[in-house]
Amino acid sequence: MGSFPGRNKFYCNGRIMMAKQTGVFYLTLVLILATCGLFFTFDCPFLALQLTPIIPVIGGVLFLFVLGSLLRTSFSDPGVLPRATPDEAADLERQIDVANGSTGYRPPPRTKEVVINGQTVKLKYCFTCKIFRPPRASHCSLCDNCVERFDHHCPWVGNCVGRRNYRFFYMFILSLSFLTIFIFAFVITHIILRSHRSGFLNALKDSPASVLEVVVCFFSVWSIVGLSGFHTYLISSNQTTNEDIKGSWSSKRGKDNYNPYSYGNIFTNCCAALCGPLPPSLIDRRGFIQSDAPQMAPPTNGITMYGATQSQQSHMCDQDQCIQSTKFVLQAATTPLLQQHSSEPVILTASSENGILTGRTALSLGGPCTSLPLGQPTPPTSTPSLSCHEVVDMLPIHAHTHPHTHTHTHTHNHTHPLQDPMAHHHFLTPEEVPSPPGMLPCGSPMGHSPTVQTGFYNPASQDSLHEDSVRGLVKLSSV
Amino acid sequence: MAETHSLQDMRQQATISSKVFIQRDYTRGTMCQFQTKLPAELEARIDKQQFEETVRTLNNLYAEAEKLGSQSFIEGCLACLTAYTVFLCMETHYEKVLKKIAKFIEEQNDKIYAPRGLLLTDPIKRGLRVIEVTIYEDPSLTR
Repeated sequence: MGSFPGRNKFYCNGRIMMAKQTGVFYLTLVLILATCGLFFTFDCPFLALQLTPIIPVIGGVLFLFVLGSLLRTSFSDPGVLPRATPDEAADLERQIDVANGSTGYRPPPRTKEVVINGQTVKLKYCFTCKIFRPPRASHCSLCDNCVERFDHHCPWVGNCVGRRNYRFFYMFILSLSFLTIFIFAFVITHIILRSHRSGFLNALKDSPASVLEVVVCFFSVWSIVGLSGFHTYLISSNQTTNEDIKGSWSSKRGKDNYNPYSYGNIFTNCCAALCGPLPPSLIDRRGFIQSDAPQMAPPTNGITMYGATQSQQSHMCDQDQCIQSTKFVLQAATTPLLQQHSSEPVILTASSENGILTGRTALSLGGPCTSLPLGQPTPPTSTPSLSCHEVVDMLPIHAHTHPHTHTHTHTHNHTHPLQDPMAHHHFLTPEEVPSPPGMLPCGSPMGHSPTVQTGFYNPASQDSLHEDSVRGLVKLSSV
Repeated sequence: MAETHSLQDMRQQATISSKVFIQRDYTRGTMCQFQTKLPAELEARIDKQQFEETVRTLNNLYAEAEKLGSQSFIEGCLACLTAYTVFLCMETHYEKVLKKIAKFIEEQNDKIYAPRGLLLTDPIKRGLRVIEVTIYEDPSLTR
């Protein structure tokens, strides 16, 4: 992915895709591997002999499943929407100007209203990606991408959770719940059996690893099991975390407010979320990189590449337009020729493509066009993407006031997960600050937003951003 | 052969007059559907019925790709059981339909749009955001 504009990292020739900050993901891996390692090394031999050898087998299967789903969640494309080509963006701008009546002064943030299944849904315009976001999509400011059916950005998994990897995420937390409970139960069993033999303190001395495992599992169980329950509820009602936290479809907003995406019954909702068709990744075939051009070299030098790509994608120079037009023309012209002649014309296109793209990269590094400076935060056109950092908690954070009382009236017994996710924003924000500089989630980034993308950010557009940010801040402070 | 002749003429001239973008239609939810209304810029070039027919067929194909039928359900379960390794040898249903769509668009371009100096771009190349219609300026076609 030579010129990917988002803040993602790619490995293995584009097959692996992750968010920029992956530190917490490695922590998750280490915690799971270490705990399971200790379990298999210290507890399983005893349990296999005393009880049954099936225990390590089941443990092993669960462990592999957890690892598999974790890696799948972390490495796959969550459903990133590629940015609009300059032509599309220009066309949209023209349409909006016509609709609003162009004045010198930029009108307020652009929205389109659509009626879906009887409910009016507002589609927001994304200033970064230059598209009107499809319903349920949201812009993740950490990854700097619009993601379809955006659920939340999970730092523990090191990726966004969206349409394409939600099922893997759910399988991950579900299997992790089972694994945690499994390990917890059997480590306790191990200690009890040992205590019968040699006394409690001796048992602890003989198997110190078990103590560590118990501690880790005890604190994990609450949050992970709670989280699984929460997501089971979300799946059965076909909502995203984003929508649930905002209370988009709650009956509190109005008597006629209902979820237009729900299929009506729990079974269909579950099937749709977990067994529905898996759409292919859209970013593999963007217009900027022709699918026939073989250039999937991952950017090893992450930082400079982002600077380059961002300026590449956001400049509207004539050169870019010219290149695009030439590409289209050549493509159009060579398609019929393909049927008659050999594939030579395609190769020509590809190599000229290569030439053009490398030329572009070279240019953009010292480019004359205005570009989005590296690390500048995009104003959150949809704050919930910032505020919902659901976490799989492995650390003891408990007993906070229930922040959801104003949005949740459903009588499901998952008070814990509702507390914990919100609690973790508080815990996580310091972690997130170091990543993109100046990137305070929910901290009004308007002060940072440069008017480099001239005309796109202006006082009027910031009113609703301000509102969103304030709402986010209120939520944070209510923890 | 008249079609290829005019395409070669186009290639030699290769002037793009403008581009029109058919946006997505979200009234049926998040399903991939495109608006069937013929944009004003194309009114002179192509028949309304013809265009609507093309877009409607595309919409049906995309609906088929995203359908929650028994086939996709079985495929999903099989994939889960084999830890998704089955997709190393098999294509997903969605991908199969995308191939069908690519062929359909190529065929439409050859038969209907190229002779009128238009070119449809496969929406998958635009991230399923728009159907891009390139309007070529061809002196032999303009009246």
